[in-house]
Amino acid sequence: MVPFAGYAMPVQYDLTGDLAARCRGGVLAEHLHTRTQAGLFDVSHMGQAFLSGPGVAAALEKLVPGDIVGLKPGRQRYTLLTNEAGGIIDDLMVACVGEDRLFLVVNASRKDVDFVHLAAGLPDSIVLTRLEDRALLALQGPAAVAVMGRLSPEAAALPFMGVASVSLGGAECLVSRSGYTGEDGFEISVPADQAEALADLLTGFPEVVPVGLGARDSLRLEAGLCLYGNDIDELTSPIEAGLTWVIGKRRKMDWDFPGGLVMRDQLDNGAPRRRVGIRPDGRAPARGQTTIMAEDGTEAGIVTSGGFGPSVNGPVAMGYVRRDLSADGTKLILIVRGKSVPATVVPLPFTPHRYIR
Amino acid sequence: MAKKDSDKRYTKDHEWVVLDGDIATVGITDHAQDQLGDLVHIELPELERAVSEAEACAVVESVKAASDVYAPLAGKVVEINETITEDPSIVNSDPEGEGWFFRLELDDPDTFETLLDQDAYDEFLETL
Repeated sequence: MVPFAGYAMPVQYDLTGDLAARCRGGVLAEHLHTRTQAGLFDVSHMGQAFLSGPGVAAALEKLVPGDIVGLKPGRQRYTLLTNEAGGIIDDLMVACVGEDRLFLVVNASRKDVDFVHLAAGLPDSIVLTRLEDRALLALQGPAAVAVMGRLSPEAAALPFMGVASVSLGGAECLVSRSGYTGEDGFEISVPADQAEALADLLTGFPEVVPVGLGARDSLRLEAGLCLYGNDIDELTSPIEAGLTWVIGKRRKMDWDFPGGLVMRDQLDNGAPRRRVGIRPDGRAPARGQTTIMAEDGTEAGIVTSGGFGPSVNGPVAMGYVRRDLSADGTKLILIVRGKSVPATVVPLPFTPHRYIR
Repeated sequence: MAKKDSDKRYTKDHEWVVLDGDIATVGITDHAQDQLGDLVHIELPELERAVSEAEACAVVESVKAASDVYAPLAGKVVEINETITEDPSIVNSDPEGEGWFFRLELDDPDTFETLLDQDAYDEFLETL
């Protein structure tokens, strides 16, 4: 168990009995099992909330660059809370779950910051309800849909980023077709007192093993997905982070969200640095905070997430580099424990996304 | 639990050492590999490198983190196990056998006696 955002989280699970027969155990095996079968993640540390009131979508648009007004009932979108300097306060999922009712999932480490920010930035007619009594499970991997189909054909039929209220094993859940692994899968918001029974039900299926924080990190890194606090924070802009796509088409007419004009300027004139994928030569992982140099010996940037990619079967990293060094194929030098390790800028993700479309 | 081995000695940095003449074979303990998790990369010292006691001379990288491996005693590196750099998982599966790291020609073979014996290492593990 390790501390993470104030929670004690398992890096990997101690698999016994039937589970041990399905999966050898350890971060590598849990990772590969998720890519070939299905993994169940307990992500109850994430913050969940309902946001409701007249015109809630338009109200939230004052704080995020995404198109929330255009979000149809039963649909979810990835978006960002941004600040006036164009930095990222948090990344979050927003789902439309009824008329004038949104469901939010935010990062554990940012819950308190986010909810204060939301309360301050929304009119009094909008009510924020924190859902402290709900757990969050993620069922991820190519077999996730078959497993879900045994509990709820309706949930299994959801399109990518679709959301529905369904009953799973007797528990009223809010299920979305989404995740943080690059694989097809579901995130399941479940009443906390029914979460353990649902987790037991899900891990009772022969395709599923529980997966810990270690593989969650290596899966999202191979999928090129940002981890708040590592790859994005209040000092990185969505443009630098390669998240320009979160800015809704309509929002690019007016840029009327926090930091909008900073982002427009970065789009017009180029951001000074860019988040890129990096493949170090050899086998040694380059971890977060590794210094990146250009081939000419000048400073190029810093690794923000790095490790060993079990599916890639080699080291993978993401980091920020100077704009002139951000093109795919650019050669870089990483300083790993005092030694120079050659590396190359590569497109993200490292492993293709396999979302259902 | 590893079987009792009266000829094997240990360090508090979780290296094991077996002595044959003045040649010490060094690896990491089962406890160490278990704590590190799946190993994905290992760097061994250069041959002929002179190392002092407790000097960092090898690196193990697991999916979780990088850790140093220390020379348990002063000596010169005379052999390295390149099989484990090609397949680090050997250290996970057989840490105190096929997963050995390197061999040292000890400056003073008597220093071997200063290392922890099995009982002392087991006692040390209890305190962790």
